[in-house]
Amino acid sequence: MADRRPGERSTVSRAWYLLLLLPFIGLLWPPFYAKDAPRLGGFPFFYWYQFLWVLLGAGLTAVVYWATTPRRGGRR
Amino acid sequence: MNGVALAVFIFFFLLVTVVGFVAARWRRADLGHLNEWGLGGRSFGTIITWFLLGGDLYTAYTFIAVPALVFGAGALGFFALPYTIIVYPFVFLVMPRLWSVAHKHQYVTPSDFVRGRYGSRGLSLAVAATGILATMPYIALQLVGIQVVLQGMGIGGSAASTLERDLPLFIAFAILAAYTYQSGLRAPALIAFVKDTMIYITVLVAIFYIPAKLGGWGHIFDAAGQTLPHHTPPGALILPQKQFVAYSTLALGSALALFLYPHSITAVLSSAGRNVVRRNAAILPAYSFLLGLLALLGFMAIAAGLKPATNNLAIPELFNKMFPDWFVGFAFAAIAIGALVPAAIMSIAAANLFTRNIYREWLRPDATPREEASMAKLVSLVVKFGALAFVLFLKTEYAINLQLLGGVWILQTLPAVVLGLYTRWFHRGALLLGWAAGILVGTWMAWSAAFKSVAPFTLFGLDTTVYPALVALVVNLLVAAVATPLLDAARADRGSDETAEADYREEAAPPIEALAEGPGSRS
Repeated sequence: MADRRPGERSTVSRAWYLLLLLPFIGLLWPPFYAKDAPRLGGFPFFYWYQFLWVLLGAGLTAVVYWATTPRRGGRR
Repeated sequence: MNGVALAVFIFFFLLVTVVGFVAARWRRADLGHLNEWGLGGRSFGTIITWFLLGGDLYTAYTFIAVPALVFGAGALGFFALPYTIIVYPFVFLVMPRLWSVAHKHQYVTPSDFVRGRYGSRGLSLAVAATGILATMPYIALQLVGIQVVLQGMGIGGSAASTLERDLPLFIAFAILAAYTYQSGLRAPALIAFVKDTMIYITVLVAIFYIPAKLGGWGHIFDAAGQTLPHHTPPGALILPQKQFVAYSTLALGSALALFLYPHSITAVLSSAGRNVVRRNAAILPAYSFLLGLLALLGFMAIAAGLKPATNNLAIPELFNKMFPDWFVGFAFAAIAIGALVPAAIMSIAAANLFTRNIYREWLRPDATPREEASMAKLVSLVVKFGALAFVLFLKTEYAINLQLLGGVWILQTLPAVVLGLYTRWFHRGALLLGWAAGILVGTWMAWSAAFKSVAPFTLFGLDTTVYPALVALVVNLLVAAVATPLLDAARADRGSDETAEADYREEAAPPIEALAEGPGSRS
């Protein structure tokens, strides 16, 4: 990364990476979601819950990307 | 035989053939250099990398095998979705470091990195050999994907003569081999645009059109729930408790293994910057969504009352029954072209490994970059025709079993490659011992489970099933962790490390904005 930050701020930006653990927790413990009800649009919970995690996982990664990528010039 | 479908199929196949050869002129550079032929000049921006990685990771065999598994076993087959979700946070963290150090030291393969990091020719050879062995059956399975599609169109099949059955496959592969030889990584990169677009169209049409004809999603899931328990072995719509461990370990083990495959790493290293890799970790899940929907086609095949001869034919038969002829041709072409992109990248990746880490390292240390490139081109041909011979002369079953073993093996390179990106704590000898232990344990487990994807396992007194690759990785890590202090105590040589901590965070030379452009930014 181009600009080295002072220690304090880089610790804050490192904490963002913890968000990336959430998909592992949400998906690698099937007892959370191995059930039929409630259904959504005909989809059993088991299926729509995991589809929801595709969006959540991508969203979390995007958040971490924006939070940890150094900005240049006038943008933010 | 379905004439309309076949005509549409051939049209799209010819289209990508032209694209494959034209690719040599795209972002024109000296293809006599391995960095250009084998890595596309490390120049691909966010959009090209998205298409390339998407086309590379989600292979034709995936498109056939995942719905087939869901068709046969139900919920367990759906592990492909959590697998392809959790892989991206992992990629986001790990792969930018590999990109940076590879860019700094001009590494082309993961073995190059291991060689530089640990100063160990032996460990580097182990990683290279594992990569090549794991890739070969994977290429063979792409051919199986094409074969299934051809069979779906009524070409070949068990009744046909050898010539009629194998000639189309041979022609398809000869064309693929020719343009890969000529254009290198540029060919699959350009074809990936066509492939991915066609796959998205096919799946989106399928998930709106077919449920409407079958009475809606609720009905499809209900039909699957009623039919699955009567399969042998019985399947289930909702994951039963006894499959929880199998489901999680398959997802985690596959996710950790995916980006250790040479073809994944080749695509990552061909991108133009670490932020291209990071951005792609956030946008590649679009393909995972697609894969999840595709998996559900297996349930649609159940609801449509199909009884295919083998589970692999479930999707081709579903398309044949539901779609008009011309769209059957389009969908089959999408899958067949889907085989070409990964097969090309896999053969390039295997060729890079052989050239850099076996040929130059052990046979011809003074090879020039030009000699490297011509060797790699030659090896890419050998690898592909090896895979073709495999499919034509041996049982498909062997390719499938070997691909499963390949997944077990490739995961055993994780300590050297991935942990090596973070720490030099492990002794190079200990990593080699761990690797050997992991390979032995994993192979033995898969063997005794008769090459099922999961093996019986007793965990805390509870009998369950587990993905052997992950158990082997734990053994691997334990051996490496125990052997490291022992080897240090014996004062065994740790080898030299040519990398520095800052190398793992290095940005590309051009500013970030210049890399964000899509195709044509360099032309």
